[in-house]
Amino acid sequence: MEKMILLWSFDALLGITLVWLAWLTLSRDLFKSIVLFITFGLVLALTWVRLEAPDVALAEAAIGAGITGALLLGALARLESTPADGSDPAREKASLETVVPPGGTTPRQAQRRDRNVE
Amino acid sequence: MGAGLAYAVLKLPAEAPGLSKTVADNIDMSGVDNPVTAVVVNFRGYDTLLEMAVLLLALLVVWSLGSEPQRRELAPGEVLVYLTGLLVPLLILVAGYLLWVGAVAPGGAFQAGSVLAAAGLLLVLSGWRFGARFSGLSLRITVVGGLAVFVLAGLAMMLHGGRFLEYPIAYAGALILVIEAAATLSIGLILVALFLGGRPSPDQSPGSRPESRAEK
Repeated sequence: MEKMILLWSFDALLGITLVWLAWLTLSRDLFKSIVLFITFGLVLALTWVRLEAPDVALAEAAIGAGITGALLLGALARLESTPADGSDPAREKASLETVVPPGGTTPRQAQRRDRNVE
Repeated sequence: MGAGLAYAVLKLPAEAPGLSKTVADNIDMSGVDNPVTAVVVNFRGYDTLLEMAVLLLALLVVWSLGSEPQRRELAPGEVLVYLTGLLVPLLILVAGYLLWVGAVAPGGAFQAGSVLAAAGLLLVLSGWRFGARFSGLSLRITVVGGLAVFVLAGLAMMLHGGRFLEYPIAYAGALILVIEAAATLSIGLILVALFLGGRPSPDQSPGSRPESRAEK
């Protein structure tokens, strides 16, 4: 009985945390969003374990949280190292500072960046 | 909307209708004991085949957008280098285990491939790149290999007198392992190549460390 209550409260906690993390992920700060997205993926993996789907949990943790997170961070670093108007030094500091595009800014990149900032 | 969702969940039948019984009844024909692997590579092989194709297509699109961007990198710290040396062999071992255990327990090509990709990402972050020796034909062959082995296995079954991707029960286990092994390598490499984001440029020397060391 106690075990049931414990499991139920754990499940409830997982459910609430998932929705809360999903809400927080819709942040304006892209770096924060990505970190929260990775966290969301890990909590989601735990949820899959609780739903007795360990296969999906493995895939979610490895692909959903890990690789997608790394890809998103890479994309963000590329976006942020694109010189654009109205750049925010605080955000630049948060970037991974790994990528410099070969040809500077294209208008479309700048436009996309502005859209993301808003 | 929340109330509607709650209503829908409460109205769900307790025992959801599904194909799990069919799978459990036919598991002996699949060559593996793990129902998920049986469905993913055997019963529903088409789906996985197309997933591999989608992954390959994504990489081709990224490669067609241009060559690997020039990176301004920080020199990897000692901790990262040390941990990479420690973790990469371990991750490769885990990937191999996941691939092997996929026949009887949760695991399989996609999981093993992404663990392999994680090892690759660690290597990339500590300054390793596809060198000149590996960015040519051997890289392309490995990337295409997963899909190619899958398709060839399917076609071989047709020559054998069966239908596409219909494995004979005697060889099913071995075939699935071969297909998954090739798929693991391809998936791992494709994911790393996607992270690098661009056709690897052949002029880099093999295993070169970044030379420009910008301080943050």
